[in-house]
Amino acid sequence: MVALGGARQTKYSTKPEAQRRIDLAGFLFVLPFLVFYVAFLVWPVILGLRMSFFNWSLVGTGTGQFLGVSNYGELFTDPDFWSSLWHSILFTLLTVPLLTLLSLGFALLANRAIPARWFFRLSFFAPYVLPSSVMALIWIWMYQPGFGLINSYLTQLGLSEVSWLTDPQVAMISVVIATVWWQLGFSFVLYLAGLQEIPRELYDAAAVDGASSLETTRFITIPLLKRTTILVVTLAVFASLNVFDQIYIMSTSGGLDYQSTRSLIMYVYEQGFTLYRVGYAAAMTYVFFVLVLVVSITGFVFSNRRREA
Amino acid sequence: MTSEAGVPETTNKSRTYRWDSLLSWLAFGVLLVAAILWLIPLLWAVVTALKPESQTTTVPITWIPEGGISAFTFESFWQVLSAGGLLRWYFNSALTSTVITVAVLLLTSLAGFGLSRVPFRGRTVVFWLIIAGLIVPPQILIIPLFMEMDALGFVDTYQGIILPQIASPLGVFIFKQFFDGIPHELEEAAIVDGASRFRIYWQIWMPLARPVIAAVGIFTFVLSWNNFIWPFVVVTNTDMMTIPVGLATVQSSYGLRYADIMASAVLGGLPLLVVFLFFQRQIVQGIASTGLKG
Repeated sequence: MVALGGARQTKYSTKPEAQRRIDLAGFLFVLPFLVFYVAFLVWPVILGLRMSFFNWSLVGTGTGQFLGVSNYGELFTDPDFWSSLWHSILFTLLTVPLLTLLSLGFALLANRAIPARWFFRLSFFAPYVLPSSVMALIWIWMYQPGFGLINSYLTQLGLSEVSWLTDPQVAMISVVIATVWWQLGFSFVLYLAGLQEIPRELYDAAAVDGASSLETTRFITIPLLKRTTILVVTLAVFASLNVFDQIYIMSTSGGLDYQSTRSLIMYVYEQGFTLYRVGYAAAMTYVFFVLVLVVSITGFVFSNRRREA
Repeated sequence: MTSEAGVPETTNKSRTYRWDSLLSWLAFGVLLVAAILWLIPLLWAVVTALKPESQTTTVPITWIPEGGISAFTFESFWQVLSAGGLLRWYFNSALTSTVITVAVLLLTSLAGFGLSRVPFRGRTVVFWLIIAGLIVPPQILIIPLFMEMDALGFVDTYQGIILPQIASPLGVFIFKQFFDGIPHELEEAAIVDGASRFRIYWQIWMPLARPVIAAVGIFTFVLSWNNFIWPFVVVTNTDMMTIPVGLATVQSSYGLRYADIMASAVLGGLPLLVVFLFFQRQIVQGIASTGLKG
């Protein structure tokens, strides 16, 4: 995936003087980006790490009292930290498989010679370009009791209403449904593109051998989509673990049950910006970051091993 | 007997064929149902926004208000637009997203070019330093970034919204990958002519990179237009809000006026929907190509 050495040192002479000029030129090309990168990505990473060792407050001045690792110690006994961490993980465990399987399924169906393919792409992809708050407002409205679209239809079918937003047993599922609706188009488009990459001849060969279309899908299409699947899953896991927008907006604007859905990033926000405990909030993000790293490394090793197998 | 040997096979084949076309129709049916389900929330939002307020909470729900099609009204849209906030948020979103997109395109293509085409010492280190940034989720930086912006006096300013969103390592990676993949002959001819490296970048490589520029540009624009958490953190003044942040506050300002809320949601989603309708092919191809190559 990462290929270095694109710049072959062909035509350039490597006399010290010339090399120094090359160094300067290269540095000048990279410098403008690096300035922003160091100032607004590298520096906050360092600053946050430093903050996490202090009793640092948003309202006070200076760093506050040095605490060593006691912010980290407090985390492990804070039930709200664990519950919000669990909500982020649960959200990921529910969203990612649904998103992946549905978008793969829809893309496989859409890849058959069927009319009006543009219409399907449009209807699945349109929600993806909406801002999270638009999506949240629409689903708060869909989930209303009584006059909400879903509950109204449920009642007409003779079923009982569901308190989509306020029932702690259901609230997380409601967020997952809304999120899958919102994000599916992106994976769908990636899968459609992956399907285009599969050479036609493979299918022709399979047809000559008398393979049924289900066999072709099972033994040719899906294995050849593995790269796309890895990409879709990786992006979805990353986005889901960091979930904030829709849960936050649905709970502040729509009365979504907060205790059963508050995600880790929401808890970070709450500690930092409503309780002003930025040192503690920073410590939380670093524990979480390590977790994300472990997940990415595990995923990377796992997908590489499977590729070799 | 021998002449009949082919017969069962033919029947078998045509049966497979019939089975296949049946499957295609089945696929079409399933997809059609799914696509309609996917469109319902959007259509329902539009219909609600077009209803007179008094008719938004009827049970059971109706898609067409009492009094028929002619009872549909744009009243809520005018109401929301004349309230003022939304127009200001459009402007803020357009301004910040445009500046971010132009800056990202310029800076990441320069850096990608330098890393790919200029064999300076230390470029491997610089490259890995930038790639490492890809695994840092922007959400975890909100606290220290806010402190930094506060110290710089950039809270509630355009700089505050814009600056952190420019530091996007993905663009560097995509441009570098693209520049790596192009043969060197062009560049060598230009070097022999004595053209400066910057002129080579600007006059030879950037025109070649047009599809990548489109992909990175569209992506950056959509992501910064839709970015919620960062503007939400760095802006508290209603006048400085972007569309996504402003809309998250409308529920409280319109109370339970559902037609108004849906009208503002529809208006908030409209710009990118229109962009998507016009540039559907480019957007889809952009996602596909960057996705598959990354």
